[in-house]
Amino acid sequence: MTATPGGTPTIVLVGHGMVGQRFLEALAERGLTATHRVVVLCEEPRPAYDRVQLTSYFSGRTPEELSVTDLRFIEDHGIELHIGDPAVAVDRAARTVTARSGLAVGYDVLVLATGSYPFVPPVPNKDAEGCFVYRTIEDLLAIEEYARTRATTGAVVGGGLLGLEAAGALKGLGLRSHIVEFAPRLMPVQVDEGGGAALLRTIEEMGLTVHTGVGTQEIVTDASGAVTGMKLSDGSELATDMVVFSAGVRPRDQLARDCGLAVGERGGIAVDEQCRTVTDPRVFAIGECALAADGRVYGLVAPGYEQAETAAAALAAEEAAFTGADLSTKLKLLGVDVASFGDAHGTAEGCLDVVYSDSRAGLYKKLVVGRDGTLLGGILVGDAEAYGTLRALTGSVPPVPPEQLVLPAGAGGPAQLGPAALPDDAVVCSCHNVTKGTIRGAVTDHRCTTVPEVKKCTRAGTGCGSCVKVLGQLVTAELEASGVEVDKGLCGCFAQTREELYEIVLALRITSYRELLDRHGREGARGGEGCEVCKPAVASIIASLAPVIGASGYVLDGEQAALQDTNDHFLANLQKNGSYSVVPRIPGGEIAPEKLIVIGEIARDFGLYTKITGGQRIDMFGARVEQLPLIWARLVDAGFESGHAYGKALRTVKSCVGQTWCRYGVQDSVRMAIDLELRYRGLRSPHKLKSAVSGCARECAEAQSKDFGVIATSNGWNLYVGGNGGATPRHADLLAQDLSDAELVRLIDRFLMFYIRTADKLERTSTWLERIPGGLDHVRDVVVHDSLGICAELESLMAAHVAHYRDEWAQTIGDPEKLARFVSFVNAPDTPDPVVAFVPERDQIKPDLPLLSIGTRPARSEEAALEGSAQR
Amino acid sequence: MTLAPETTDLKVQLRLSGDWLTVCDLDALLPGRGVAALLPDGRQAALFRDRNGTLYALDNRDPFTGAAVLSRGLTGTHQGRPFVASPLLKQRFDLATGQCLDDEAVRVTAYEVRVA
Ligand code: SRM
Ligand SMILES: Cc1cc2nc3c(=O)[nH]c(=O)nc-3n(C[C@H](O)[C@H](O)[C@H](O)COP(=O)(O)OP(=O)(O)OC[C@H]3O[C@@H](n4cnc5c(N)ncnc54)[C@H](O)[C@@H]3O)c2cc1C
Ligand code: SF4
Ligand code: FES
Repeated sequence: MTATPGGTPTIVLVGHGMVGQRFLEALAERGLTATHRVVVLCEEPRPAYDRVQLTSYFSGRTPEELSVTDLRFIEDHGIELHIGDPAVAVDRAARTVTARSGLAVGYDVLVLATGSYPFVPPVPNKDAEGCFVYRTIEDLLAIEEYARTRATTGAVVGGGLLGLEAAGALKGLGLRSHIVEFAPRLMPVQVDEGGGAALLRTIEEMGLTVHTGVGTQEIVTDASGAVTGMKLSDGSELATDMVVFSAGVRPRDQLARDCGLAVGERGGIAVDEQCRTVTDPRVFAIGECALAADGRVYGLVAPGYEQAETAAAALAAEEAAFTGADLSTKLKLLGVDVASFGDAHGTAEGCLDVVYSDSRAGLYKKLVVGRDGTLLGGILVGDAEAYGTLRALTGSVPPVPPEQLVLPAGAGGPAQLGPAALPDDAVVCSCHNVTKGTIRGAVTDHRCTTVPEVKKCTRAGTGCGSCVKVLGQLVTAELEASGVEVDKGLCGCFAQTREELYEIVLALRITSYRELLDRHGREGARGGEGCEVCKPAVASIIASLAPVIGASGYVLDGEQAALQDTNDHFLANLQKNGSYSVVPRIPGGEIAPEKLIVIGEIARDFGLYTKITGGQRIDMFGARVEQLPLIWARLVDAGFESGHAYGKALRTVKSCVGQTWCRYGVQDSVRMAIDLELRYRGLRSPHKLKSAVSGCARECAEAQSKDFGVIATSNGWNLYVGGNGGATPRHADLLAQDLSDAELVRLIDRFLMFYIRTADKLERTSTWLERIPGGLDHVRDVVVHDSLGICAELESLMAAHVAHYRDEWAQTIGDPEKLARFVSFVNAPDTPDPVVAFVPERDQIKPDLPLLSIGTRPARSEEAALEGSAQR
Repeated sequence: MTLAPETTDLKVQLRLSGDWLTVCDLDALLPGRGVAALLPDGRQAALFRDRNGTLYALDNRDPFTGAAVLSRGLTGTHQGRPFVASPLLKQRFDLATGQCLDDEAVRVTAYEVRVA
């Protein structure tokens, strides 16, 4: 079959990777999907996904979340996508591609986007059981399975970018990890000797073993053919249970070779500046399989995207050319920033280096500068804060001397080189080739007012994410410049953000809401009543800081009582008919039979509806306000305390049964959950806080859906942060690995206090992490590397909280004045609210809901209906 | 019903068709928070006191949910007008008139209150 002459012309795309998908989007943008039949042959068992973020699978991103293919898009544009069906042959004379299934498709235009394959050095036993490569989701699934079941040690061949990433993943899987690199330093392509040394030090400190300057000579196997070790070129042997080859990639050009297309000496399908193969004008090649017109094969996604755009433009008869691209990269390897951009190795004639190096701190920064002061490139290891700005400045003379750009804070003061310094044509997002001018345009012409809107409008920031920080600065600067009033205020009463109010309260030791409103509120709000938004928010700030600023830590004391939401005011959760629910704390979900019996007895005696919650504890519903003190007197007596189910505070720390009982458990997850719950109980925060501890990677406690979640490893604990269930679920991000008990607690202390300090009102850790400039990287810098120098303060704030914690229900039942508030009617304290009534259901009670709707009927019938229903 | 014993001189009173009903001592009302009172005909009133001592009273029943809970809401000022936000679904009601600020069509009864 050939393309029907005169019919709809056909474009066949071979390979549905990142670049292939981008090509499809570029076709659609130009209307070519409407005028052409588009057929895609996809070898992998799933449509295109984000290979760049592949490793995030190990920190909890699911294959579905990694997808970059919107199936609606495929459908809407009538694209025929054949998953799991690779092209096996191309007949250029007949213009036909044949797939493995036998499907033959005639083409008018053929686009090859077959990517690369991992290079495996030809050493003996390279295919033994226990040898892997690191390229696809399937590779990762196989590595994970083998690591869990058959390995305790792993070695990665190759100390480049991907090798380090793979080694980090193995370590995360709980293996002792080795890196074997033939070159004398790590990441030989990106960094120079100085950078390699800084990197080495940091990586070794993390417990990885690095062997540089040695080659792999042979994989050693046991009788069954499984890996047991490897022989190295220096004669030594390294014992290992598995090997991951990450020694570079080669273009997948076999299909092209077989059909007679010209390929380069070292591989790659030769194309011109329009990405058309030099051999056949009907065939294009884009992405990692292509040898570009400048004689290079690009192994990064950004140049591939540019090629995809170029090829689509060529098909639409637009003018476009791909003449070469920048090889800048920034990555976070095991928590270490590494970035290189522009002419990183200083190959330009007569260029000069500016180097700052502190190997003790694992810092290395080098800038390459031309004779005339033009910034040509650079390398940053250990701290790549300035990457976004520096990369965009490359090619121009920076407005401040280069030394100032690399000096750390405190040592001569870093130049505050904001985005204002960038020229409009500076490329801010190199993944999607978006300039500062385009971003400004999004704000001024397209009226975007937030980073997510700008991301959607320009695509900037949706690739590797390294430009998001600069993006945020640009958006704010642009909004301010264009005079848009960016009211970041908390509410109509305060022009400050919650974070700013927190700082004011802390610095000035303000313990009264009224004082805060009258002195720091908006002009018109001073002297007023405030509102329902800022009262609880300020109450929460005062409660979080109480021991430090000298306020009462008891939320019902004095003025504080008037600020609390209803639930906090009655220390219980208001239900739809005006009754309350009662949730005693059950730390870690562990409860002794005696206590279980007490709960049962209380629920029975007060006629409460009883339910096991989703938070591993027990909720008793249907208590009248005047019953709350009686119920709590008995609970407190039996050793229970408030579970803060009503507060924006720590809720539960769920646990799995863990090592003590479970055959898979590697740590005592129940004990850790209890310890954490008791440590952070009562901590008031911008929103509720949830946590969980799992005893092994099977994750029965669902820790990755929590604000802070802990998963046991054979070496300690992994800490995940920013997880969320609810309406917009988010998997937590890995903050740090293999922590000891003390390290874990210290890190959580810092994390929580930093969140409490900087989050917005009612902002869960998940949204906070997405919002704050720099995201997870920034938070890690602050709480792990103490980049702001505030960790000691954060720890002492938490220490003060822990030392001053008191159970608020025990406090309340001991205080007659407070107890007097727990009545339905101020003028009839013994009379229950007649609207609170119940009817039976499944051996328990439920609210008498019809009674509630009667409230809208005329008064006469209302009175009749109320009769006799007040008591149950 | 048992009425609370009267302890101080200053009383909060509510006007019910011509008569003033004494509800409670003034200091039972925390500035910025409300209390509920049971009226002789079985209806309920929510009473509030703002930081300057001005008193307000509305019907206690939240018209959106039917529950008698307005007295437990948070109060505030919106464009100079005092309001209470229902603790259930957060609709706001003008304390002086009973008008719902989030739904024009809804209004709850407002009562006259005084300190005597
Ligand atoms: C009782 C319980 C349901 C149950 O019967 O199991 C429950 C009940 C309520 N949840 Fe929940 N949630 C309960 C577990 C959960 C869970 C599961 C968990 O914690 O493991 C989640 C998802 C996890 C999460 O939060 O990330 C959950 C996500 C929510 C959300 C959505 C939060 C979000 O960030 O999207 C809300 C709404 C909110 O907080 O704004 C919410 C709000 C509520 C409120 C407070 C709604 C309200 O304002 O009245 C309910 C009050 C209960 C009460 O009156 O006592 N509840 N809720 C669970 C109490 C757990 C506990 O022991 O404390
Ligand atoms: C772990 C890892 C981390 C990375 N990190 C970064 C980074 O931080 N920054 C960066 O810029 N780049 C990074 N890269 C590189 C980046 O992923 C690639 O540059 C990018 O994926 C190239 O896209 P592509 O579409 O050309 O190739 P691919 O994404 O490899 O897609 C090619 C697809 O074609 C399929 N295929 C091959 N032959 C056929 C056939 N005959 N028929 C049908 N289908 C076929 C393949 O199965 C594959 O699915 C990373 C790569 C890996 C593996
Ligand atoms: S997470 Fe692991 S240790 Fe905990 S119960 Fe599940 S399998 Fe067992
Ligand atoms: S530079 Fe990668 S997303 Fe912008």
